[in-house]
Amino acid sequence: MSTDHRSSQFDIAVIGAGVIGCAIARQFTLEGARVVVIEKAPDILDGASKANSAILHTGFDAPPGSIEASCVAAGHAEYLKIHERLGLPLIKSGALVIAWTESEEQRLPMLMERARENGVEDVQLLSAGQTHELEPELAEHAKASFIVPREYVIDPWSAPYGYLLQGLANGAVIKRNCEVKGGCFDGVRWKLDTVQGQISATTVINAAGLYGDIIDQKLTGSTRFSIKPRKGQFIVYDKPASALVKHILLPVPNDVTKGVVICRTAYGNLLVGPTAEAQDDRVNAALSETAMTALRQRGEEILPALADHDVTAVYAGLRPATEFKDYQIHAHEGLNYITVGGIRSTGLSSALGTAKLIYQRYLESGEAFQPPATIHWPKVSNIAENYPRDWQCEGNQGIVCHCELVTRREITEALEGPLAVRSIGGLKRRTRATMGRCQGFYCSAELAKMTQPYFDAAGSTVRSHVGAN
Amino acid sequence: MSGLTEQPTEQLSAQGPTRGDELSGMYGPENKADVVIIGAGPAGLSAATELRRCGVQSVVVLDREPVAGGIPRHCDHYPYGLREFSRLLRGPAYARRLVVAALAAGVRIHTGVSIQSLTIGPVLTVTSDAGVRVVHARRVLIATGARETSRAARFIGGTKPGGVVSTGALQGLVHLEGINPFRAPVVLGTELVSFSALLTCRHLGIRPVAMIEPGASTTAFWPARWLPRILGIPLLLKTELLTIEGESTVSGVTIRRPNGDIERLNADGVIVSGHFRPESAILARSHIELDRHTGGPVVDQFGRCSDPDFFAAGNLLRPVETAGWSWQEGKAVGHAIAQSLQGKLPSPATGIAVELAGRSLKYVVPQRIVPTDVPPALDSFQFRVSHKAQGRLCLSINGTRKTVKSLSTVPERRIRVPLTVLPRSPSGTATFELVESDR
Ligand SMILES: Cc1cc2nc3c(=O)[nH]c(=O)nc-3n(C[C@H](O)[C@H](O)[C@H](O)COP(=O)(O)OP(=O)(O)OC[C@H]3O[C@@H](n4cnc5c(N)ncnc54)[C@H](O)[C@@H]3O)c2cc1C
Ligand SMILES: Cc1cc2nc3c(=O)[nH]c(=O)nc-3n(C[C@H](O)[C@H](O)[C@H](O)COP(=O)(O)OP(=O)(O)OC[C@H]3O[C@@H](n4cnc5c(N)ncnc54)[C@H](O)[C@@H]3O)c2cc1C
Repeated sequence: MSTDHRSSQFDIAVIGAGVIGCAIARQFTLEGARVVVIEKAPDILDGASKANSAILHTGFDAPPGSIEASCVAAGHAEYLKIHERLGLPLIKSGALVIAWTESEEQRLPMLMERARENGVEDVQLLSAGQTHELEPELAEHAKASFIVPREYVIDPWSAPYGYLLQGLANGAVIKRNCEVKGGCFDGVRWKLDTVQGQISATTVINAAGLYGDIIDQKLTGSTRFSIKPRKGQFIVYDKPASALVKHILLPVPNDVTKGVVICRTAYGNLLVGPTAEAQDDRVNAALSETAMTALRQRGEEILPALADHDVTAVYAGLRPATEFKDYQIHAHEGLNYITVGGIRSTGLSSALGTAKLIYQRYLESGEAFQPPATIHWPKVSNIAENYPRDWQCEGNQGIVCHCELVTRREITEALEGPLAVRSIGGLKRRTRATMGRCQGFYCSAELAKMTQPYFDAAGSTVRSHVGAN
Repeated sequence: MSGLTEQPTEQLSAQGPTRGDELSGMYGPENKADVVIIGAGPAGLSAATELRRCGVQSVVVLDREPVAGGIPRHCDHYPYGLREFSRLLRGPAYARRLVVAALAAGVRIHTGVSIQSLTIGPVLTVTSDAGVRVVHARRVLIATGARETSRAARFIGGTKPGGVVSTGALQGLVHLEGINPFRAPVVLGTELVSFSALLTCRHLGIRPVAMIEPGASTTAFWPARWLPRILGIPLLLKTELLTIEGESTVSGVTIRRPNGDIERLNADGVIVSGHFRPESAILARSHIELDRHTGGPVVDQFGRCSDPDFFAAGNLLRPVETAGWSWQEGKAVGHAIAQSLQGKLPSPATGIAVELAGRSLKYVVPQRIVPTDVPPALDSFQFRVSHKAQGRLCLSINGTRKTVKSLSTVPERRIRVPLTVLPRSPSGTATFELVESDR
């Protein structure tokens, strides 16, 4: 296999720059492959990965023996290993799985048993009293709970960004605004037709998230699953509310959903969500007033003190769910093609583990690469609340977004560099600009001015980057 | 002041406000001042000017924006300045005048400095290009103004395309950066500021598709109601904005009409206006007591906070009043701060709490009264109602209730009652209630 990094002949083409594609690109690059990531949106993380609960799951409630269970466990472990070197935050909150009714209480031992089966041995049953001792603001009617000490909160955007950034620093290539329209395999190599012309690679990895089935159809002529997006809406409370809880508060999950969670965010807010609503649309994650009001009500039932707090932001995401419970990972024999589909509700946690699994699958039919002599470890600029931020440092050029304390230097850096942002959404995810309580009242004008030369050059109109809240 | 022109002179900008990077140079390495004022809007600047006039030595105003002047700086329309300068001015000219007046009085203004925390002392931590610094003062005035409630906080459904802005953001885009964010937006809300939004649109030839108001009448006073008619913009009363549609930019909205019909309007933007709330984030993470009705700090009749070294004035006290009102309040509270430095204010310990009963009254300011002969800075109780209401405004002290006045009013109308409705040395708690008459 070619290891000539100057050639435009790629070993691996990853379709999709969601968290899964980013982690796969990193894994293969660090193994020595020449990787290209192809993304149709103007920026990375524009699909399922843009809006989740940001929990680094242990996989305690995954179906035992599933691919998902093993990928989540491996992903969790790998994140802990590398997060400091990449500058990625970790909030060691732990989670409480809380029973609110007698029948939920009866299910706790079964769930704890399943956790142990999944290798999460450190779960512990807590009485109502012990639960309230850990979380004094919790509504009185909590019956009991168990604690999962290693469920953590992370930054859902810096993490995949860091994975891809490390890929790029070690030789991977990203092509954005580059939808894959089709392609063919000539027995040796793939030729992918994209809106930016043909891209050639030995192996294709389909990490197209919400479009995984469609890409399979287009490239291989068939698919073994169909995506049925499951929407999740969230409401995010202003920062003072985050003082109300320490742990991630999980409900007793059912077969369809993990249920409505309350947890802090890496940015110092508190979120309540998500809903679980099946829909056909793969793009439109519309919010509904009824759902948001219901979340607010549910939030106050769990934490009555939330009634005195303001909602700062609302958002919705789409899970790439399928008719199957487990991930859909298929290596297509003789086709140099691997599908990584249906990464439904745990992709953020599992990504690094899923990437490792995909590499193992790849090795079963391909040859190993020559890993690079030195591996570069770029550091992601921190946007999490409890780690040092740029506004605290000299030479930051002043604050532009006052609610989220985003400096002019941070914005300029995000607009430049190897993975420069190309949309207001990208800029928000990279810096948090306009995501705070005023939602752009103060900084929209300044941001529009700063981004105009960059975004206009990338073909976006000023209108689409003004006040996208 | 009247000799000054509306345009800043060369000389003025040379000695004008400094940016945060020069902070330590400007007032010594210890970062100390007699009075530090947070916010260079009408309230902060008038307080600063008044403090200098009262002979206070070092008065420093800090603002996080790159230019001093507060909100009026990007409200490029009338009416501003009648009360302060006896002249009808546009916002930017008015803002410049306030800055000129403060500088002429010997106030120092530093921009690009954002206040991060307030602690007992009073001590502030601030951040600027220079990083984090600590600032000490003898007194602090907080005059950080108010902002509009976002789309998110109002739970407006739909997708999240570009082109959804508050009036504040719109005016910043149009007047500060010359950016035209849309051609045919809808305007949600009918507060005064919503009509400002119409004027701003007109400035750039933007033609709003409709003005939408959930209530039965416009929130702002009747003359405003004529503006959409003159401009040919449909005013849709008793209409709700249900969802916003669009991918990268707004493509339309759905609304619910008074008869329950759901309609779709083509539009390429949404101006979500009004519903102001105090910009009190730094207070929320401080030791200073907040009032859950106004969203601003609890103050006494001198604008003094629960920590008596801190004062507050302007729209931070309650959303929302005009610039002239905020200016007047700043001036009066500035005077009170000067008195406090001379030890002339009564001890705050003896104060009584002013509270609300029932649901009709939305807030009251001030929330504490200290018995004294010293003339107050805030000489009347300010109220707003939460819904259209009529009845008797009653005051109860120690179980004795009296009618203060009868009211027939709607939300966002200024209601004032002189502080003299209280007995000379009140004790206990003073509770106001609007007892609604049956209709
Ligand atoms: C409400 C909600 C809550 C969640 N909470 C959590 C959580 O707490 N913890 C957790 O671990 N996980 C969570 N998840 C799950 C996690 O977000 C997903 O599993 C993960 O984002 C899936 O990533 P992906 O890379 O597979 O897909 P995507 O992010 O959708 O990436 C696919 C990419 O492919 C691109 N693409 C598609 N078609 C083409 C084409 N033809 N050409 C080029 N590019 C293309 C898309 O633009 C997209 O960027 C949650 C998900 C949701 C929706
Ligand atoms: C769109 C719009 C149109 C308006 N039109 C009119 C009109 O036509 N006529 C009229 O009389 N009034 C009008 N008003 C109202 C008027 O602008 C306000 O009443 C007035 O500005 C209030 O003054 P202020 O000093 O309390 O606050 P502001 O003017 O809001 O000033 C507050 C200042 O504090 C600064 N600040 C906030 N937090 C911090 C911090 N943490 N650190 C440092 N600095 C901080 C801000 O940058 C700002 O400069 C309008 C308001 C808006 C939004």
